[in-house]
Amino acid sequence: MDADPIFLARLQFAFTIIFHIIFPSFTIGLSAWLATLGGMWVYTGEDRYQQLMRFWTRIFAVSFAMGVVSGIVLSYQFGTNWSRFSAFSGDVIGPLLGYEVLAAFFLEATFLGILLFGFNRVPPWLYTLSACVVAFGTMSSAFWILSANSWMQTPVGYAVKNGVAVPVDWLKIVFNPSFPYRFAHMLNAAYLTTAFVVVGVGARFLLAGRHLREGRTMLRMGIGLAAVLAPLQLIIGDQHGLNTLEHQPIKVAAMEGHWDGSKPGELVLFAWPDEKAETNRYSIAIPYAGSLILTHSWNGLYPGLKSVPPDQRPPLVSVFFAFRIMVGLGIYMIAAALFGALLWWRGTLFETRWFLRIIANTWWAGFVAVIAGWVVTESGRQPWLIYNVMRTADGVSPVPGATVLGTLGLFIVAYGIVFSFGIYYMNRLIKQGPDTTEPPQDDLSNFGGNPIAAARSAGRDI
Amino acid sequence: MESMEMYLPLIWAALIGVAVALYIILDGFDLGIGILFPFARNETERDQMMRTVAPFWDGNETWLILGGVGLFVAFPRAYAAIMPALYLPVIVMLVALVFRGVAFEFRTVSHSKKGWSFAFALGSILASFSQGLVLGGLVQGINVVNGQYVGGSFDWLTPFTVLCGLALIAGYGLLGATWLHMKTDAEVAARSQRQARYWLVAVLVFMAAVSLYTPLAEPRIAARWFSLPNFYFLWPVPVVTALVAFACWYWIERGREVPPFLAAVALFLLGYAGLVISNFPYIVPPSLTIWETSASPGSQIFMLIGTLFLLPMVLGYVIFVYWLFRGKVHAGESYH
Repeated sequence: MDADPIFLARLQFAFTIIFHIIFPSFTIGLSAWLATLGGMWVYTGEDRYQQLMRFWTRIFAVSFAMGVVSGIVLSYQFGTNWSRFSAFSGDVIGPLLGYEVLAAFFLEATFLGILLFGFNRVPPWLYTLSACVVAFGTMSSAFWILSANSWMQTPVGYAVKNGVAVPVDWLKIVFNPSFPYRFAHMLNAAYLTTAFVVVGVGARFLLAGRHLREGRTMLRMGIGLAAVLAPLQLIIGDQHGLNTLEHQPIKVAAMEGHWDGSKPGELVLFAWPDEKAETNRYSIAIPYAGSLILTHSWNGLYPGLKSVPPDQRPPLVSVFFAFRIMVGLGIYMIAAALFGALLWWRGTLFETRWFLRIIANTWWAGFVAVIAGWVVTESGRQPWLIYNVMRTADGVSPVPGATVLGTLGLFIVAYGIVFSFGIYYMNRLIKQGPDTTEPPQDDLSNFGGNPIAAARSAGRDI
Repeated sequence: MESMEMYLPLIWAALIGVAVALYIILDGFDLGIGILFPFARNETERDQMMRTVAPFWDGNETWLILGGVGLFVAFPRAYAAIMPALYLPVIVMLVALVFRGVAFEFRTVSHSKKGWSFAFALGSILASFSQGLVLGGLVQGINVVNGQYVGGSFDWLTPFTVLCGLALIAGYGLLGATWLHMKTDAEVAARSQRQARYWLVAVLVFMAAVSLYTPLAEPRIAARWFSLPNFYFLWPVPVVTALVAFACWYWIERGREVPPFLAAVALFLLGYAGLVISNFPYIVPPSLTIWETSASPGSQIFMLIGTLFLLPMVLGYVIFVYWLFRGKVHAGESYH
């Protein structure tokens, strides 16, 4: 293999960050789910919520541990792999990461201790509060890291002095143009991902005929949440796309496989983008639909890939296909969530076994969509490390390719082992199911037909 | 403006110094428990050992992130010079931390605890050794031209860095043993007390070796300690270290529970102070000082404001959690 240090540094970073993002996508949502269950437990005093909370806390612990250790790696990889980038942008990016550590990591890590080991030591309200603090911590962690990432996509509020980017306006840096969209998109993605895992586990219990009460609770709460979040994600994603069109039009052109900006864009459903011939092969496309989505007008024009020289275009194949994977899964999740809500409304959600089988086997949909989305936005930023400011090739560390290759191998082996065992253990915890040794209590209260009350009463047996 | 550019890097160097010191102590006893894992008789004892740090390990390692990110925030040019130079030990440390970190959870879910106990021990030992390599690599110096590291991937590998790696294993072993003696009972506590003495002797041997070697190898360090009037101010450092070491031994022998741990912490802080004295104001010895690598005042002030609010809060709830899980972990107590 050709030991090209830039390619290898990218490959190593892509590998470690893709591995990492799997866990935050889950723990951001799962911590909010734990906090909700805790709130219901304190509010209703019913044991079923506490049992569900304790069950998911064990799974959370395994996932969080993997997220933490793979996150520590990333905080050092900026320096090990991208030292020239660090030297150039540290004055701007550094404090954003610093705030992430101080305002989020310590909160999560410290209160996680209470959540995992404090059940018998603290009163229920403090136990639940710890879950809320962890949930808040994961959310603010997303806030700061996405701000840093978005600044690399849409850098503003800085000046270059002596070859170094120095801050001019922190408000502009933190709330840079693409940040609000990316933050909303990712946060919603994390909650949606978790909703599909919860729904998948609930369906699995019902299919196996075990933990029926808990399974129904999970299904109802999860479907209810997903039926709101999945369509919402379509709207947020659309807005995020329009924002990208404004600030990074070539990324959008790559996502859409749009070559010629002088004609209205097609909506390319499938194609093989040929970078050499500058055209799409085997294309199946809806004429004018691309323009309609992106410019909200039939004949609207937007820049094509040919408007910039080839050395300023992102790698087409990964951006183009990752985008289709993300959108495809997004549409699947909308359909599944809405259909599930329909079944629930008709009162047949728990008996429609073919539907349960499908959602039990697509718990991974959110994860793959998140990874695909990140491939779109990060590959789509290429060849820039900081968009239109610093090329990726100029940001790399002076480390020989062989060294990067060796450590890449180390990461692949180590993460391969840790990931396999982690998934295996989480699966086993799920199989074991919640610990429901305490006798269930009768719940005679009746709730109306509105979703919130329905979600609250979702723990009831039917 | 001139004085701000003078003082801000000093404040930040102090803050990062405190974060690194806290990391070394907090994750020190934490890693130390992994170093002591092979000596435990069975998995029940290992449960008990691990239980003493399980609620804290995550927070403890966050100080390592703060150290790394703090360097990135306040001294980005130092971060950019150090990480490529110490690429391999840093990455080996990170991978080792991955294995020992997940072991906390995996070990309890797994059918057989043996495999993840092994991973926990090996990860802890390797992470400690790598941290020693990083420390030694910094002290022996990094060649920097135009702000970037110039040199090979293995330049850090010298007898001195290996010595530092072993020294840190011994140091964390001492912290771990005195911590366990304080936080456990029955056989684990008794064995920790016996072992603490050996670790203490090893620590003193390594401290002496590093203290003799660095001034001999680095004229700038010799000049720092032995030139006048510096020597008048600095001679108490080794004397106090000797006194603390003696006190630590005495308290271990007397079977005291808390004082030996505190003495071990004090030993660490003294060794750390010694290294700071040897190298200040270099942050990348012997190439770059804290002023040469410092972030712009705008960045350092922006982060400082938040730090002045957040760091006391962090310390507050960290102390609360340590208080919540105070007292001994008894033999046979369940894990979760």
